[in-house]
Formats: sequence, C-alpha cells, structure tokens
Amino acid sequence: MSKKSRLKIQKIMRFIKKSLLYVFLIFFFFIFTFPFYYVFVLATRSYETIFNIPPPFTFGSHVVHNFNKLITQLPFAFNFINSSVITVGATVTRIFFCTMAGFALAKYRFPGRKFVYTLVLLILMFPRFFTIIPLFKMMVWLKWVNTYLPMIIPGMTEAIGIFLMTQFMANSIPDELMDAARIDGLNDFQILLRVVFPLSKPGISVLGTITFIGSWNDFLYALVMLPERIMQTLPVALSSLYLMAEGDFGALMLGNAITILPLLVVFVFFSKTIINNFLAGSVKG
Amino acid sequence: MRMKSLRIIYPLFFLTPFFILFLSFGLFPVLFSILISFHQWKGMGDMKFVGLLNYAYFLLKDQYFWKTIKITLWLLVFGSLTQHFIAIPCAIILNNRLIRGRDVFKTAYFLPYITNTISIALIFNYIFGNNYGFLNFILESLGLGRYNWLINKNLIPPAIATVVNWRYIGWNTIIYIAGLQAIPEDLYEAATIDGANSLQKHINITIPLLLPIIFFAVTLSVIGGMQLFDEPFIMTEGYGGMGGTDNAGFTAAFYIMWQLQRAGRLGRGSAISWLLFLFVLIITLIHRRIILQLQGKEGNE
Repeated sequence: MSKKSRLKIQKIMRFIKKSLLYVFLIFFFFIFTFPFYYVFVLATRSYETIFNIPPPFTFGSHVVHNFNKLITQLPFAFNFINSSVITVGATVTRIFFCTMAGFALAKYRFPGRKFVYTLVLLILMFPRFFTIIPLFKMMVWLKWVNTYLPMIIPGMTEAIGIFLMTQFMANSIPDELMDAARIDGLNDFQILLRVVFPLSKPGISVLGTITFIGSWNDFLYALVMLPERIMQTLPVALSSLYLMAEGDFGALMLGNAITILPLLVVFVFFSKTIINNFLAGSVKG
Repeated sequence: MRMKSLRIIYPLFFLTPFFILFLSFGLFPVLFSILISFHQWKGMGDMKFVGLLNYAYFLLKDQYFWKTIKITLWLLVFGSLTQHFIAIPCAIILNNRLIRGRDVFKTAYFLPYITNTISIALIFNYIFGNNYGFLNFILESLGLGRYNWLINKNLIPPAIATVVNWRYIGWNTIIYIAGLQAIPEDLYEAATIDGANSLQKHINITIPLLLPIIFFAVTLSVIGGMQLFDEPFIMTEGYGGMGGTDNAGFTAAFYIMWQLQRAGRLGRGSAISWLLFLFVLIITLIHRRIILQLQGKEGNE
C-alpha cells in the first residue's frame, strides 16, 4: 500500500515537473511571438485607436487608410523595390563569386593558397563596422552613394562566404570527379559552371539563406550609403518615417508589417531548413 | 607544361575578384581609417595632421567617450550576456525528447533573429511607450504603476537591453541545442546510476562539456554587442536624441555614427572606431582566458 502511494506521488511529481517545463516554454513562446502579432494588429488600426486605453488587441479596419497614408508619407513602392533588388543582387553575386573563390581554395594546390586562406580567416574576424567611415568616403569619391553598388559590390567576396564554400567543397566534392570532367574535355571554367555549382547546392543554400536575410535586414550600411529618400531600403525608410515629426503611427506599423511579412512567411514554411542553414553558417564560421 | 601553368592560372583567375575587392574595400579602408584618425578632417577639403590628438582628446577630455564606453559595457553585460543564462535552460528543455512540439517552439524562438532590428525596435517603442504603452497598461492593471521607460535615464538602458535579449535568445538557444546534441548520452546514464538528480547532471556534465560552444556563442555576442547601434538609435529618437535623457542610450557605435553622419568629424569618428576595436580585442582575450581557465579546472578534476 505504502509502495503504491509512493509510486503515485512520484507520478504526480513527474507530471508537475513536466507541466512546469511547458509553462516555461509557453511563456517564452508568447514573449517571442506576441510582438509580431501586435505589429499586424496595429497595422490595421487608426491612429486614434492605437493610442487608446486599453490598447487594442484585435484587428481593426484601417488597412486601406493606413496604406494611403504610408504611400503619401514614404516612396514606399521604391523602398520595397530597392530592398528587393539589393537583396537579390547581393545574394546572387555573393553566391557566384564566393563559390568561385572557394573552388580555387578547396580544389587547387598553388603557391600562396595557405596564405590566402589564412587571410580569409583573418578578415572573417574583423567586423566591417569599424571601417564604415573610410568606406563611406570612398563611396562618395566613386559616386556610388545613393546607388545599389555599395550595397552589393563590396560584399560579393565576403570572407564568410568564401570560408563556407571552401569548407563545403573540400569535404564534399571528390577530386576524381574533376579529373573525369577534364578527361571529358571540359576546361576549368566549364567545370565550375557545370559540375561544381550543381554539386554545391547544400553549401549555396547555407550561404544564400544567410546573405538573403542579412541583406534584407541590413540597416546601418544602408543608412550610410543611401541617404536619398527614393533610394532608401525598407528599414531605413521606416526609421526615417518614425523620426519624422508628422509620421503616422498606423502607417508606420503597416510599413513595418509589410517589411516583416515576406521573411515571416518563408520562415514559417521552411523554418527547419533556415535554422539549420544559419547554424551551419555560424558554427563552422 | 602548358597544363601545369594553367592549373596555377585558373585558381588565381577565380580568386581575382576576391583580391581586387579585398584590396579596395577591405585593406584600403583599414589603412585609410588609421590615417584619418591622425587628422582633423571634415570629409572635404584639406586634412590637417594632428598626430595622436584625436585619441588623447577622447581618452582624456571628451565629455561623451567614457560615458559611451560605460553604456556599451553595461548593455554588453545585461543585453548581450544575460541572454545566455536564459538560452541555456531553454536549450536543455528543448533538447528533451519527451517534450512535444519542439519544432514549433524552436520556430517561434528563432523568429526575432530573422527580423530586422528596426522593425523590432519600432514595435518595442510602442510597447515601452509611457502614456499609451502596452507594458505600462499591463503594469498598471496589475497595480504596479507606470514608468517612463524611454524617458527616465535609469530605465532607458534596461529597455534597450530587453530588446537585445529578446532578439538573440532564440538564436543562442539553437546554437546550444546543437552543442547539446554532441554530448554523448551514456555520460548521463552513468550519472543517473550514481544517483545524480537532473540539476546536478546539468551542472556537472552539461555545462562543462558545453564550454567550447559557450565560448563561441559569447564571442559572437561580444562582437555584436560592442557594435550595438540600431536599437538605441531608434529607441532614443535618432541622432537628435543622442541616446535620450542624459545620453543614457548613447553607445560607442552610436557615437561613431553620430560623428560620421551628424557632426561630420571623420578624424574623430575613426579614432573612436579604433579605440572601440581595442576594447573588443581586450574583452575577447579576457573572455578566452576565463574559458581556458574553466576548462583547465574541469580537466584537472
């Protein structure tokens, strides 16, 4: 009898323990998701109801109104296009040039290879932020300010990309395959395009994920390089609307929701792949 | 012979874009930045050589510099380092196979990390607002009163730190889950046989074996935390605000950006950049020392 009741107590204790773990997890679940829900709530609210007490918890009907406000206060279509072009441009070019450089470092033996690889590792540890001032000045000289170029060109051969692709190819593209391709009469550039690129898909997916999301979300660099309203990316445009005295808060939140939404949708569907890609991109880096 | 020389030419050809971009946008800005930091320069016109005066000015005379370093370090501790104390327990729980819906939790926790800092700062500005803010509404309903989160100089740093924690806890959780999966399970089984409870197991097995990952994750946090700009910039009303009341949110990175975009003092801005970089190096080295020492201790036991 006493053994039975002790077992029962143990069972109850285990149940309580497990429930506490769920409470902990669900608490943080709300902490992390609620602000997102709230962006979308506020995006549908009029300026007046946003600042009501108690604050609104449910969706309103002011989307169209907020949208009209948004496009009068910001060149929002341009901002969206700028963000899209820069993000796609930066991602595609970085994948291309980093795969090319990684191919050279992983699959060739040439004098100075070690030196170049060490250099890549060194650059990897140096945050670009510390040279933002001379970079800005250079872009002024090049007349690249207020163009897409400073947002795309300097990052094309980013060290993290070269490092990831080198690692990936060294481990997963067999040398024999290249020899076979050479015997088939392909030159090395053709090998890069027809053999290496298709085989590097997993590595490219990691680099592509990091670059795409990083580029879409970039603020500081865009803030410096794209001062012109019509050239601004979404985060910069949102910040300038916020800092504008007469900026409408409902419109701001709608712009905010539109900025967040694309990544949010993609992430919810491919969260496992994206999380794993980020992990592969960092733990190796 | 021709084949062989081609073998050298191809890789060099493939690396040419890297060489060109590294020399022009990697190495040159570093050297140029050092040069600028020894000059008084508005970005246009002549550069006036002032030697180490810019550095001396910030270290000895400037009214903001040490303040910004202090704030940066405060935010580093309570914004960038505190998150690890939450992320490790989250990771341990989410690594437990008996917990259901782990993928849903992981997705939700990771969401802030893929979202841009400005969107996050803007929504938190609303949450932290004084009169109509969401947090104040909750606090007041609970009878805890309302606070001027983004106005009171003592509350600005905690508000910023909250946002930084919020954004990166999920990211660190994911890193730690990956680290936990590398720990062999038989270690825990052995400890269970020895009669250790789960807390003892985590202190004696999990944490020591996780140290390399902790070092890695904390290093990332330190490097990121020392460059903290976006959140304080938005939460304290941009360059005009200069970090809000009493410059309570004026980080070192913010100061550098202010020198560049508001004051247009490129020499001084560059000097702060290098001073800040020095701080990053020192902190990283100290952090390495601590982890090595902890690991050494574990090794001896």
